[in-house]
Amino acid sequence: MYSFHYRRPTALNEALAVLHADSEAKMLAGGQTLIPTLKQRLAQPTALVDLSRIAGLSGIQKTAEGVTIGAMTHHADVARSPIVREVIPALADLAGQIGDAAVRNRGTLGGSLANNDPTADYPAAVLALNAVVSTDHRSIPADAYFQGLFETALEEGEIIVAVEFPQVDKAAYAKFRNPASRYAMAGVFVAKTAAEVRVAVTGAGQSGVFLWEEAGDVLASDFSPAAVDKLALDPSDLMSDLHGSAEYRAQLVKVMTKRAVASIA
Amino acid sequence: MTATDASAFSTVTPIGAAVRRKEDHRFLTGKGRYTDDFSRPGQTFAYFLRSPHAHAAIRSIDVSAARAMPGVVDILTGADLAEDKIGDLICGWMIHSKDGSPMKMGSHPALAKGKVRYVGDHVAVVIAESLHQAKDAAAAIAVDYEELPVAAGLATAQEAGAPQLHDIAPRNTAFEWELGDRAATEAAFAKAVRVVSLDLVNNRLAPNAMEPRAAIGEYDAGDEAYTLWTTTQNPHVARLVLSAFVGIAPEHKLRVIAPDVGGGFGSKIFLYAEETVCAWASKRVGRPVKWTAERSESFLSDAHGRDHLTHAELALDAGGRILGFRVHTRANMGAYLSTFASSIPTYLYGTLLSGQYDMPAIYCEVDAVYTNTAPVDAYRGAGRPEATFLVERIMEKAARELGEDPAEFRRKNFITKFPHQTPVILNYDTGDYAASLDKAMQMADIAGFPARKAEAARRGRLRGIGYSAYIEACGLAPSSAVGSLGAGVGLWESAEVRVNPTGNVEVLTGSHSHGQGHETTFAQLVSARLGIPIDQVTIVHGDTDKVQFGMGTYGSRSGAVGMSAIVKALDKVEAKARKIAAYLLEASEGDIEFKDGKFTVAGTDRAVPFAEVALGAYTAHKFPTSEIEPGLKEGAFYDPINFTFPAGCHICEVEVDPETGVTDIVKFTAVDDFGVVINPMIVEGQVHGGIAQGIGQALLEGVTYDSDGQLVTGSYMDYTMPRADDVPRFDVGLTETRCTTNPLGIKGCGEAGAIAAPAAVINAMTDALGTEDVPMPATPATVWRICEAQAAARRAAE
Ligand SMILES: Cc1cc2nc3c(=O)[nH]c(=O)nc-3n(C[C@H](O)[C@H](O)[C@H](O)COP(=O)(O)OP(=O)(O)OC[C@H]3O[C@@H](n4cnc5c(N)ncnc54)[C@H](O)[C@@H]3O)c2cc1C
Repeated sequence: MYSFHYRRPTALNEALAVLHADSEAKMLAGGQTLIPTLKQRLAQPTALVDLSRIAGLSGIQKTAEGVTIGAMTHHADVARSPIVREVIPALADLAGQIGDAAVRNRGTLGGSLANNDPTADYPAAVLALNAVVSTDHRSIPADAYFQGLFETALEEGEIIVAVEFPQVDKAAYAKFRNPASRYAMAGVFVAKTAAEVRVAVTGAGQSGVFLWEEAGDVLASDFSPAAVDKLALDPSDLMSDLHGSAEYRAQLVKVMTKRAVASIA
Repeated sequence: MTATDASAFSTVTPIGAAVRRKEDHRFLTGKGRYTDDFSRPGQTFAYFLRSPHAHAAIRSIDVSAARAMPGVVDILTGADLAEDKIGDLICGWMIHSKDGSPMKMGSHPALAKGKVRYVGDHVAVVIAESLHQAKDAAAAIAVDYEELPVAAGLATAQEAGAPQLHDIAPRNTAFEWELGDRAATEAAFAKAVRVVSLDLVNNRLAPNAMEPRAAIGEYDAGDEAYTLWTTTQNPHVARLVLSAFVGIAPEHKLRVIAPDVGGGFGSKIFLYAEETVCAWASKRVGRPVKWTAERSESFLSDAHGRDHLTHAELALDAGGRILGFRVHTRANMGAYLSTFASSIPTYLYGTLLSGQYDMPAIYCEVDAVYTNTAPVDAYRGAGRPEATFLVERIMEKAARELGEDPAEFRRKNFITKFPHQTPVILNYDTGDYAASLDKAMQMADIAGFPARKAEAARRGRLRGIGYSAYIEACGLAPSSAVGSLGAGVGLWESAEVRVNPTGNVEVLTGSHSHGQGHETTFAQLVSARLGIPIDQVTIVHGDTDKVQFGMGTYGSRSGAVGMSAIVKALDKVEAKARKIAAYLLEASEGDIEFKDGKFTVAGTDRAVPFAEVALGAYTAHKFPTSEIEPGLKEGAFYDPINFTFPAGCHICEVEVDPETGVTDIVKFTAVDDFGVVINPMIVEGQVHGGIAQGIGQALLEGVTYDSDGQLVTGSYMDYTMPRADDVPRFDVGLTETRCTTNPLGIKGCGEAGAIAAPAAVINAMTDALGTEDVPMPATPATVWRICEAQAAARRAAE
């Protein structure tokens, strides 16, 4: 770790002031990604702006449309929230499958989305549910938010404040874990509304989370595992590494999609 | 611990009782003291600049800018080692090639001299006031590397034209060794009715002890003596090597302390560059020097295990009996020969190729090959897992080719008469292989397997079952025997039993506990023997200033050898105490009986408890000191007369999901014959841990380097350590044949699980998948590829 200044503002505009004055300053949420990065000396921020004391950044609210979750809400709190369990149980399931207990007790929704790791779980839910990422000065729909590997629509110093998840008819998340890291090798979130079915895939794509539109289309007319059976996902845009080839990931995406559908069909 | 728990230790503990571990209170409450927990006044911190290249010549190292950085105390390189005439790290077991030539040991300096040979090799050390300052300065060292072509792969490193690591070793070959009778084996193959052949890869593993390696070197200018705290499994051996070969200091001016050590699995037997440098540098800088590995350094620089390529053939007669076994193995040594590396693929491997079977002829050739990767040395089982994996895979394959039941095929070839001389040096003293097989088959419900397989098939799952009837040679080892095979040391063990005047006991042992529970098991032995409560016994180990020379802990030797030394010392204590008791009781020595902690005059009720005799020994009032010396303290050195031969049968049942390639171990049965068991709970724990590592090797773990010699599996993001939910419940059972060559009848249990499990798992996988070609680790991706290829072949056939 290199040395850095540590700030812990209590108000959002205080945080913004520091971040806007110093482009080398970085936000600190749960630190589950950032701290290991610092320890390995892979980043050298001038300052860390700890968001944990800013009022209103964490918590879970039921809304007319669904549920709104503060950016600083820990994965563990989402996993055991009665509100989330009632409104979008699949989202609670997903949160409960992130990392291990220690990671879930520190890691946050906002940190996960800001980081946009191609193997992280939350991006699949946000994209499939067509959630809205709200920041200190605007609202970004999921379709516009994810822009590639570790890339998002966030501007420099823009703080995620909360995420608004709309309620859907049915949703499920099926995750195939990387045997070593236990991040997703293929995480598929299926969300069904009256109008459409959205199938979002994390862990497999070369440019991060993506919508498997073909699957969404067939499931819209026939919401059954058998409908997915006929499909073949093109592996050319999928990741290939030590843990599995692109072809293997294509297979896993298909199987996880079927299993997600089977669990709610 | 609650008061009630503590009272569990205030009783006499018989051999065979599942006594809870005395040391766990310390460990579980954070009171253990590991090397990194120690801080010495004025200590500095070392950081090693490591090679980013797998193979490169060092044109120059410019430390001038780094030296000027804040907090830097000193920066040392190979040139400074040379200036102080510090010797190379050595390999302590001489192996001779077939042609009689000695092994070709490439120079292995603690800091590189002109060349680096693997990613992580030590280029320079920065010593600074803080670790962060040391790291900052290391980044400012300018090394001019000339990158060289890389020999990263074992399969190609011996080819003509492959990049050469050491000038002394043409074709990167350290030795070409053989064992067994070539002519007799050829003759056996000539009359074979069937020959079964198999090519196998034994995957490379990273040891992953929970506590990373660490060291603190300190020099006392007044005494002109060094102290080295370090994570070693054998402090005296470390001191001997540092003194006699590396030349840090004479033995009596070097104290090595191994405090609590958090796991070793072999990786902490060896003497590494880091602790050598910390000891040496402490005098140069005049202050203590501390180093603790980060996990990524452990992956890069702890000696790895396994890594073999093998072709084997088994000759069978018309009745399916083994006539001969022929093996050619290439063993990866990595970039340098580590401390005991040469012995692992030779005398700890080739000698086990007879397995549990009556094999009339065996011939084994092993090429030891240098590659631009981290050194490879002993890792839990060390050579014996490789042997068992080979023997048990080819036995399974042979049974399948013959269409015989795998259990009955094994049974037919079992050794049943003991002692049994194998064609590969070892002489098995005792065993009952059928007993373990039968018990394991019953526990595994072999009879119900076909129904379970059919039921799984209805769910679209592939079930398979696999056996591993393993044997290992433990209790390392008769000194003259290993000496004749090239060992640079003897493998006896030492003990001293000190009875204090108040009757409690300290045992100084040359064994070293780094998770095995010696503080309990050894104390249990003393408690049972002297009839004193177990909490009256302390086991002292791990400090060369406290304990007499000893050989340390590895190769499942601490029970069979270390405890035998304690038994010998206890014999002497008892003999002397008897004499003293006779005087105290005014009886003749021949009439004294010792039982339940009391010396009694036979046939009377006149008795003195052990503690009173101890006090009497030290007051020395009641016996003639011209005849009997005062005091009660006895030492012993025990040299085993043979290896011990734990053996057993493990059975694994798996279910494979062909859609995802995921393997579920649905049942794992382990039946082991460890001879006499002192503490069944500790033994069961050792079995569990070993099996977890064996399953890790079979399904999860594998060190991977790319073709440039970069370590791909450099963290837990990519190296799959077994987690609790990766391993099933273990059904364990014991059979017992007493070892005939040591006083307690102990065989050893520390490595059995890691030795037996890989073959059991892969035999189950090959059964489930219907192909012999299932590589380790059989990850989901690998298994799915196999299933896919089979499906494609089926589609093509339709
Ligand atoms: C062992 C381990 C296992 C894990 N397993 C998984 C897994 O299975 N699945 C998974 O999805 N994740 C996993 N993670 C990652 C974990 O979920 C992290 O919590 C997450 O990636 C980052 O969240 P954080 O709160 O820790 O953010 P931090 O590490 O504090 O920050 C991450 C990045 O986000 C930025 N940031 C943080 N908050 C905000 C905000 N409100 N607005 C804008 N930018 C912000 C920071 O500046 C930083 O760049 C794992 C992590 C570990 C250590």
